[in-house]
Amino acid sequence: MDRIPILKMGDALLITIQVDIHDQIAIALENDLTQKIATTGARGVLIDISSLEIVDSFIGRMLDNIAAVSRMLDAETVVVGMQPAVAITLVELGLGLTGVKTALNVERGMLLIQNRLGALGRDRAHRP
Amino acid sequence: MTVPTGRDDVMSIRTADDVVRVRQEVRSRALEIGLGLVDQTKIVTAASELARNTLDYGGGGEVRIEIVQNGGRRGVRLTFEDNGPGIADIELAMKDGYSSGKGLGLGLSGARRLSNEFSIESTPGVGTRIVIARWT
Ligand SMILES: Nc1ncnc2c1ncn2[C@@H]1O[C@H](COP(=O)(O)OP(=O)(O)OP(=O)(O)O)[C@@H](O)[C@H]1O
Ligand SMILES: [Mg+2]
Repeated sequence: MDRIPILKMGDALLITIQVDIHDQIAIALENDLTQKIATTGARGVLIDISSLEIVDSFIGRMLDNIAAVSRMLDAETVVVGMQPAVAITLVELGLGLTGVKTALNVERGMLLIQNRLGALGRDRAHRP
Repeated sequence: MTVPTGRDDVMSIRTADDVVRVRQEVRSRALEIGLGLVDQTKIVTAASELARNTLDYGGGGEVRIEIVQNGGRRGVRLTFEDNGPGIADIELAMKDGYSSGKGLGLGLSGARRLSNEFSIESTPGVGTRIVIARWT
């Protein structure tokens, strides 16, 4: 069975979703990702969906699940690179992806994660 | 009057791979009649929702893909059909957020919003037929 590779990029993990994914691959991805967060201590997860031509409720649910599980493991998920036509369609479909942060591209997504880590670091430093 | 323009495809929906193939075929037909990118994305997304329902709840079935003409406008019309358990309460099934399984309950209601035409017929114990269309 195909698996989606998970790359480490600094404090974050990067997942690039290239093609149509099926149930089995989505489930495998959720499992692989949670393992990887636990072993690497990653604080952020970037999911690049720039090559996805559609996002339906199935993929949407997968993105929401990944974000929810990652959050429990103290990692923030940012979905990056959504095509404009996909964004318009998702809203009409009724899928707000409310639990998921989004960014235009990988660089900006990385910045979001670094800013969060920076803010956390400052909080800790200021604590008496 | 709406007239089919000849070439039409019937594709069976029995596996997750079939759902992918249906998406690809709908995309290429939408492109062929000159639907813009956003409209293509909408009809392909609606097709994906309905194909998945056909597979998950209808126990498999098929889709007929037609190109139709109405005056100067062309459209893609998709007819999803299965001989599954049917839907007892269509109004409930069409509600945003209603799912009898573990879904988000957005497939049917979302497919209606993403289409220019939408009709659903379902008889418990007999099956379900859903027709959608998107026009240029
Ligand atoms: N072809 C079908 N045959 C029988 N029941 C169906 C069929 N299509 C939909 N249903 C019923 O209608 C309900 C609503 O469908 P809908 O696609 O809106 O939501 P879902 O599939 O449960 O979740 P989602 O599509 O958001 O992942 C389904 O849960 C199912 O009970
Ligand atoms: Mg559905």
